[in-house]
Formats: sequence, structure tokens, C-alpha cells
Amino acid sequence: MRALTWHGTQDVRVDTVPDPEIINPRDVILKVTSTAICGSDLHLYDGVIPGMKSGDILGHEFMGEVVEVGPKSTLMKGQRVVVPFTISCGQCFFCKNTQFSACDNSNPVAKQDASEKLYGHAMGGIFGYSHMTGGYAGGQAEYVRVPFSDVGPIVIPDGMEDEEVLFLSDILPTGWMAAENAEIEPGDTVAVWGAGPVGLFAVQSAKLMGAEQIIAIDHHPHRLELAKKFGAKTINFSETHVREALMEMTGGIGPDAVIDAVGMEAHGFAVDNVLDVVKQKLSPGADRGHALRQALLACRKGGRVSVPGVYGGMLDKWPLGAMMEKGLTIRTGQTHMQRYTKDLLHKIQEGEIDTTFLISHRLPLEEAPTGYENFHDKQNEWTKVVLKAH
Amino acid sequence: MANTDDAPKRTNRDDKDGDLAIVGRSVLINRPRSELFAYWRDFTNLPSFMEAVEKIQMTGEKRSVWTIRAPAGQTVELETEVTDVVDGESIAWRSVEGSQIKTEGRVTFTDAPADRGTVVSADIGYEPPAGDLGRVVAKLFAAEPNIQARHELKRFKMLMETGEIATGAYHRS
Repeated sequence: MRALTWHGTQDVRVDTVPDPEIINPRDVILKVTSTAICGSDLHLYDGVIPGMKSGDILGHEFMGEVVEVGPKSTLMKGQRVVVPFTISCGQCFFCKNTQFSACDNSNPVAKQDASEKLYGHAMGGIFGYSHMTGGYAGGQAEYVRVPFSDVGPIVIPDGMEDEEVLFLSDILPTGWMAAENAEIEPGDTVAVWGAGPVGLFAVQSAKLMGAEQIIAIDHHPHRLELAKKFGAKTINFSETHVREALMEMTGGIGPDAVIDAVGMEAHGFAVDNVLDVVKQKLSPGADRGHALRQALLACRKGGRVSVPGVYGGMLDKWPLGAMMEKGLTIRTGQTHMQRYTKDLLHKIQEGEIDTTFLISHRLPLEEAPTGYENFHDKQNEWTKVVLKAH
Repeated sequence: MANTDDAPKRTNRDDKDGDLAIVGRSVLINRPRSELFAYWRDFTNLPSFMEAVEKIQMTGEKRSVWTIRAPAGQTVELETEVTDVVDGESIAWRSVEGSQIKTEGRVTFTDAPADRGTVVSADIGYEPPAGDLGRVVAKLFAAEPNIQARHELKRFKMLMETGEIATGAYHRS
């Protein structure tokens, strides 16, 4: 089959690789119909996530048609499913507690060692996201093996288009959990760093949860326009001092909740960020935390900090004093996908959430490298790329 | 000298017991204690999650011969006997006198707090031999001795909780 493979920093190619096969009883093989390039794929593209090997198949946002089923799968051939990017067994302590992304059993044993050393505990499995998260082949391919298929995939009702539901695989539940982690209450002001896909879904989610004022922060005018479309106010950080603006827009109090939907590759020319960029270039595992530091400083006293942005390594100059003195609460985490997919599917069906507005480009799988390059270099225009694998 | 802490021996800074190196680990498994005990008590089940063990053949009520995969397609046999069984709680074994590899172990099953299942702990002592056999033992216990015990227990957990052992492979080799 054809698949998009990683070969090094900013080097991805479409190669011919062996077809995936059923290996474990709960597996299915999916014929991928649509798959997206995620902002967090760009961290792999930039080589800042440790544990990648040449030839790894990327992609963790995908959907398709079941073409082969293992003896213990509950899916049936011919069903259309969206697959969550996190792999969860459904049986361990964490899955039973609906902390699905913390699954104990989805990351193969030998692959758990690196994250156990780095994080104190082994991570759960994730499709197409380095050998620290299992070395699973991703879905930017014609076919993909889906383990624990009785737990993760959500069956899509007939009549719904791929593009309406594809983002249930990651960015929509991620944006929703970002807003949920911000513990939004009616009347709140919420500031969202990053008007990329997750940030924009966080804006929509925060609104549905009753936020009065949502402020989106980015430097790409088109992405800020999209945020405006969903009722957010905007700050362009290349033109405006963000913290000062947030104080002025909230009567000096600051936002009740802040959401860092940027992650480890923050932009900007602040001193801390320039130092972080240098460190990150010297060694993978160093994060750029400018957005998060700014969010912590801006958040009101007693406010809530939500971090859906991907961080992988270590960060210094952490404003710990601000956090403690102001009494901030911080909530983070890879998305506990299965908690949200069913409800969010209903919200899409009811028209409460708009999903397709994001898609700016549709390409055949063969043109995936072009998709990566442009999604990386032209974030203003290339807001979301969907690859058609068949 | 009286113990000044409650930590298991395998976490002590001095992790030797006489001439044996002690390795081990505990894992939380979300299954009933009796079920886990019963599975482990039937030694012929152990190769289903112990990667280095090809098969285990019972040669008596308490004795079994373990066939261990060695480098270059070779195998090594190790005869063990069960030395102590506390029903539902623990199983201990050791290599028989004159065995090429000297090893002993105990696996303990205790109820986890708050109905979270069972804590399974393994303590394994072994004497690292030199030469070709040393290489086999190195494979059995992996380069860093704790790694192998940890891996076997995690595979046991996966098998007991999910019925399968996770793999990132996408085609059969």
C-alpha cells in the first residue's frame, strides 16, 4: 500500500510499504477514506518529538471503512468509523475511570521504557506518534491496523459526510476537553492562545458552555477572522501587547480561564521564547513555553489554566510563583477521547458545532508532503488539510 | 538490625541477597486475585506472556522443566521446583540442585485497595553465570535485570486485563 512516512526533520515521503494485517483478536483493518494533518504532526515534522524512526507511518486523525475484523472485534465489515487518536484498552484502571488517554495496556511493553523514564509513568498508545507512544503505524495511508477496535472507533450513521465527522478523531474532542478543563461558568471571560484547529474548537466549545467573552490570540489574520466568526474577540500578538490588552479588556482583572492551544512551538520574539527556540534546536525534548508562561501571567487570581497544547519535554522559567501566589488551577492532558465522541457526534448532527469551516485544502494522499510543507509554512491560508487516501 | 522502612527488598539500595541479585516489580491488575493466582499456578500458562520462555513442561507435581530461548536459535533447559504455595496468595519456586542456572523467585498476589483489583509482585533472585550461559541469562533477564521482570509482569497484566498483548507491529513477521 501507499503511506506517508517520516524520514527526518521536514522530510516526509509517500512510500510503498507492506499492507497491515490483523495481529491481535480485537484488531480491525480499516480502509482509510479521509485523514487529516494535525498541528501536532508538525512537531514530528520539525523533529522536536523524541522517539521517531525513519520509515514511521504518520497520521492520527483518520476514518474509513472496516475491511477486515479480528475474532474479538465488535465491529463489522463495511461499517464506517472514525478512530480516536489515542488507543485505549477499555479494561485497565484508567480506562475504567474514563481517563482513556492514560491507558495502561495500549503502549506495547518494550515501548513503555522511554516514557517511564522521562515522565515517571508509561504513556498510553497513540497512532503515528513516535515510539514513545507505541510506534503504531498511523492513518495517513491506504490502510491501517486499529487495535482495541471494540473500544475506540465510533460508527458513523449513514448519510453523514466524512468531513462532517472526521475531526471527532482528535481536534474536536481536544478543543472540547480544553474548554471543559477550563471549568467554564456562565459569564466567564476565556482567553485562548492559538486560533488553530484546537483553539477554534475550544472557542466554539467555550461558547456552548456559556462563556460570555472569548478572546482568541494569534498572529495569522485569517485564523483570527475564523475565530471572529464564532463570536470571539481577537488579539493579534504581532501588533499588540497581549497581557496588557487582556487586562484592559477585562477591567484589570484578567481572564477567568486561559487555554494554551499552542504547545511546545510557540512563536514570537519575547526574550524567553528566543532562548527556548535556541535550546529546542540544540536538543529534542526542550519545549518552547512562551504561550503558557504568558497565559499563566495573564490569568486572573484564582483562575483556571487549561493546556491542550502538546508539550513533550522540559521547560524552564516556569512562573511557579505566579501560579502559587495567584492560586491558579492547572488541568492538562491528552484527550480522553471516548468520553466525548458520542455526545459530540450528536452535537454535529444537531448543527450545534460547525466542523467543516476549518478545511482549507483537500489533497490526494500522494500529495501529502506538499500538504505538510504548506500547513507548516503558510498557516494563515492552510488552516486544515484533509488527505484522501482512496 | 530492625527494618526502618516498609519498602520491599527489591527497592533497597543494597539489592543483593547473599550471592543472588534480586530483581522484581509490582503491577496493579484490574482482575480478581483468585483468577490471577489460578492462571499463574498452572506453570504451563507462563510462556503466554514470558517472551524468553518457549515452553514449560511439568515433570512432577512440583517439578517443571523450562525451555528458554537462547541466542542463535539455541535453547537452554532449566529445572525448577515449587517450594511454597499459599493458596490465592503466593507461589515460590527455585532451580533444582545441580541446575546450570541458579535462580529462585516468588510471586505474591494481594488485594488492591478500593476494589482496584490485585497487586501482583514478583521477586526474583538469580546468580549471573559467566560465559555462554551468561549470555543466555542476560537474555532471560535482559541487559538491565529489572527490565525483564517488569516486562513480563506488564505482559501478564495486558493479557489478564485485555485478553491480548499490545503490539505496534502492522504486519505479521
